[in-house]
Amino acid sequence: MSTENIVPRKTYLLVFAGLMVLTIITVIAARFDLGFINTPIALGIAITKAALIVMFFMNVRHSSSLIKLIIIGGILWVLILLVLTMIDYATRHFKDSPYQKWRIENVVSKKQ
Amino acid sequence: MSSHSTAMHQHQFADAKQQIEASMLGMWIFLMTELLLFGGLFAGYVVYRSAYPEAFAFGSSKLEWPLAAANTIILIVSSLTMVLAVYGAQVNSRAMLVGFLLLTILFGAAFLGLKVVEYHAHWIHHEVPGFGFRTDWEAPVQMFFLIYFMLTGIHAIHMIVGIGLVSYIIYKGYKRTYSPAYHTPVEIVGLYWHFVDIAWVFLFPLLYLVGAHFGVGE
Repeated sequence: MSTENIVPRKTYLLVFAGLMVLTIITVIAARFDLGFINTPIALGIAITKAALIVMFFMNVRHSSSLIKLIIIGGILWVLILLVLTMIDYATRHFKDSPYQKWRIENVVSKKQ
Repeated sequence: MSSHSTAMHQHQFADAKQQIEASMLGMWIFLMTELLLFGGLFAGYVVYRSAYPEAFAFGSSKLEWPLAAANTIILIVSSLTMVLAVYGAQVNSRAMLVGFLLLTILFGAAFLGLKVVEYHAHWIHHEVPGFGFRTDWEAPVQMFFLIYFMLTGIHAIHMIVGIGLVSYIIYKGYKRTYSPAYHTPVEIVGLYWHFVDIAWVFLFPLLYLVGAHFGVGE
């Protein structure tokens, strides 16, 4: 951000190598049917990659506390959006909607 | 080279350092509104995938994940060239600044090129929501494709905007506008480029890899 702390190129290359390795791992993991574990693995790797890009490529580890606060606030709002939406959808039944009718006829009935 | 105390800054700021801080803060606030734009679409994705996991896995298996994996690697390489361009500005190397920014545009264009190949195949197979949309698919599979086109379409628009911004920085950099003391626009366009990369980091597994264990095209 300023002339006094230039990040050495070696750091960027190491982070780049890490991102490449994580990409390969996420593709390999997705090729196997691991049941419900597939999604947590994919999300965990995606969050790790995003954190690497934010901290090193976007240089947030050297940014001001105010910028860090803005980022934490942004992530918090997205979590509120996702969690409160899912609390509603996971606990209510919309059986009259065309989608739920389709699910009951094609998915739930076939499992029984 | 000139230090912060002698670098040019607008009269409303105490010094150049404060001006840089204000610019970075403004960009991060903008990026957080972008995060919520994508967050809203992801919320739609989470709602429908939790209701129809089988339909989403089926829809995902209809996408070409190897092309998307290549695009993921292309975007990560473009992020690397972007940070090296910023490094070039920091060490006062116009050749590095302009050269790495040109590479960044090249990789950005390659990403969009692969995306065109994908979209073209979807168009031919009537997999694009709208008139002529495949009727042999159930509504939840159609919903997956609607969400797919909304997310990747908005991401592609961001890529096009990013290429435009980088082109502007190349023009200004070529004219020697930037120095180690003043290169805030390079940093800010870099932040935008990395943000668009992060968006793809989440799009790739959530759209393409959900059905990858079925193999390409089933």
